[in-house]
Amino acid sequence: MYPVISIIEKEQLKRDIPKFRVGDTVRVHLKIVEGEKERIQVVEGIVISKKGDGIRETFTIRKVSYGVGVERKFPLHSPSIEKIQALRTGNVRRAKLYYLRGRKGKAARVEEKIGV
Amino acid sequence: MINGLLGRKIGMTQIFNEDGTVIPVTVIEAGPCIVVQKKTLDNDGYNAVQLGFIPTKKKSIHKPLKGHFDKAKTKPMRFLREFRLDYPETPESSSGSGQVFKGIEVGQTVNVEIFQQGESVDISGTSKGRGFAGVMKRHGMAGFPASRGTHEYFRHPGSISGGRTIRSRILLGKRMPGHMGCEKATLLNLKVVKIIKENNLLLVKGATPGSHGGILVIKKKTGRGKGKDAGA
Repeated sequence: MYPVISIIEKEQLKRDIPKFRVGDTVRVHLKIVEGEKERIQVVEGIVISKKGDGIRETFTIRKVSYGVGVERKFPLHSPSIEKIQALRTGNVRRAKLYYLRGRKGKAARVEEKIGV
Repeated sequence: MINGLLGRKIGMTQIFNEDGTVIPVTVIEAGPCIVVQKKTLDNDGYNAVQLGFIPTKKKSIHKPLKGHFDKAKTKPMRFLREFRLDYPETPESSSGSGQVFKGIEVGQTVNVEIFQQGESVDISGTSKGRGFAGVMKRHGMAGFPASRGTHEYFRHPGSISGGRTIRSRILLGKRMPGHMGCEKATLLNLKVVKIIKENNLLLVKGATPGSHGGILVIKKKTGRGKGKDAGA
């Protein structure tokens, strides 16, 4: 990559993003514009994937809501993300937790990493 | 007014809008270009400026070209392109050369500031070479079913002639396999998303022809494209 591109990208990078990894549970505060009003919506879930780097980095969170699996993907540096809170560290041995999609109930849990 | 520039394609990235939507952009190092020659209606039959881009070493240009640069008292340039001044046609451009060249001097530097954010531009370049390509890639033909008895005939064009009147010959211009790409490609009405003057960068929405490092001709919109944005 030409260095010039990284200059353009660096300008837009957020600096206040907390460290979180795949398997962690996070809370994402989203800015939502309805007409002229702006409000914050909070989405919570397990991070099942992180990909890309720099300005193109994205992450996917998964949550089972009323018995239905819901996944949402966010650009990490998007201005519509107000803030991200890392709630819980997960003990996982995979970079992508797509196996959670096929599981239900107890088997679909991610164990907490103790003593980090 | 000079209505275009030469540039070099750097690569692509993305930019966030305030509302969180992502705009894909091509980063172009546009200019600075130097006016090497003025072509006038009286002398050459049309009004244009010749712009040079990327200074080069003296030894890498041949002697006739060296004379050309010496005449303009500029550094040798790697790329030279002409930009017509006749369009859009105005009384000045059709009457004589005097008015059209107002404020344009040989040796003058033209930079990315001739463009504005939000403006539409037309961009030409040399598309990526695809080599000898088949009809599916080259002409978008459909090919044949992958199953249901197709035998060794998957990416073919099908029949290329037949019928009573044209039997025994193939119509001129029949689309066939052959060399694809590595030819001039122009995209119209690309939006300028951002201009970074310090680095002479032009950020244009969407893709542009050719590979990274390729030379591009950027012109203010000519209005050739379709749609409501076109015209003028």
